[in-house]
Amino acid sequence: MVKRLVVGAHYGLRDWLAQRVTAAIMALYSVIVAVIVFQNSPLTYAVWKDLFAQGWMRVATLLFAASLAWHAWVGVRDILMDYVRPDGVRLTLQIFTLLLLAAYVGWAVQILWR
Amino acid sequence: MASASAKKIRPKYLTLPAILFEIRLPVPGWVSILHRISGALLFFPFTAWVLYLLDTSLRSEQGFQYVKTQYLDLPLVKLGLLLFIWAFCHHFCAGIRYLFLDLDKGIELRTARITSWLVIGASLALTALFGAKLW
Repeated sequence: MVKRLVVGAHYGLRDWLAQRVTAAIMALYSVIVAVIVFQNSPLTYAVWKDLFAQGWMRVATLLFAASLAWHAWVGVRDILMDYVRPDGVRLTLQIFTLLLLAAYVGWAVQILWR
Repeated sequence: MASASAKKIRPKYLTLPAILFEIRLPVPGWVSILHRISGALLFFPFTAWVLYLLDTSLRSEQGFQYVKTQYLDLPLVKLGLLLFIWAFCHHFCAGIRYLFLDLDKGIELRTARITSWLVIGASLALTALFGAKLW
């Protein structure tokens, strides 16, 4: 039997799990919103506005935005680790990714609580 | 010390022509790379675009009508929206397949190929369905 010395920060498993949990949250939200939109088709401004005026919808959408940010961070970081070899370029792109995702969440908050 | 092996020229397989014309991916490989490409597209530019649409449509009645009757009627916008819908549906369907694979469901080669075709077919069918609703 091989005894392995496990070292490191163990963030791989956490990220792997987070990506799947956030995926499930976003999938559920998407299906719910799609059903609501289809039931109210053709969509009017009143229905659309009332939908996003409800507390549960705002919180659910914020949860979606947060899930997207975490999910996309893991995914984009994986892509950058696979294809971008120079450390400086990769680090720059990773920082840009984080900033963009934070901006997305900020924008979503601004839209939801206006 | 520079050894002879370090100087040996090694073949480079991942050239652009190789990627385009030589490497033949099996179906699950196609689902995988398309999952990656669609994911990257959803991250940028599609999330920014959807936020713009949400922002404009929720801002005012005029904004909503503008998005619905004018903006989404532009041919280029419709094409972009169709690409977004496909990217979303493919990422969604392939993602569900990966969740099952994580649970060791459907890992036999035959099943994996069938579910790969199902993912490709389902995402195209859903794109056609939502696209038809759009037009």
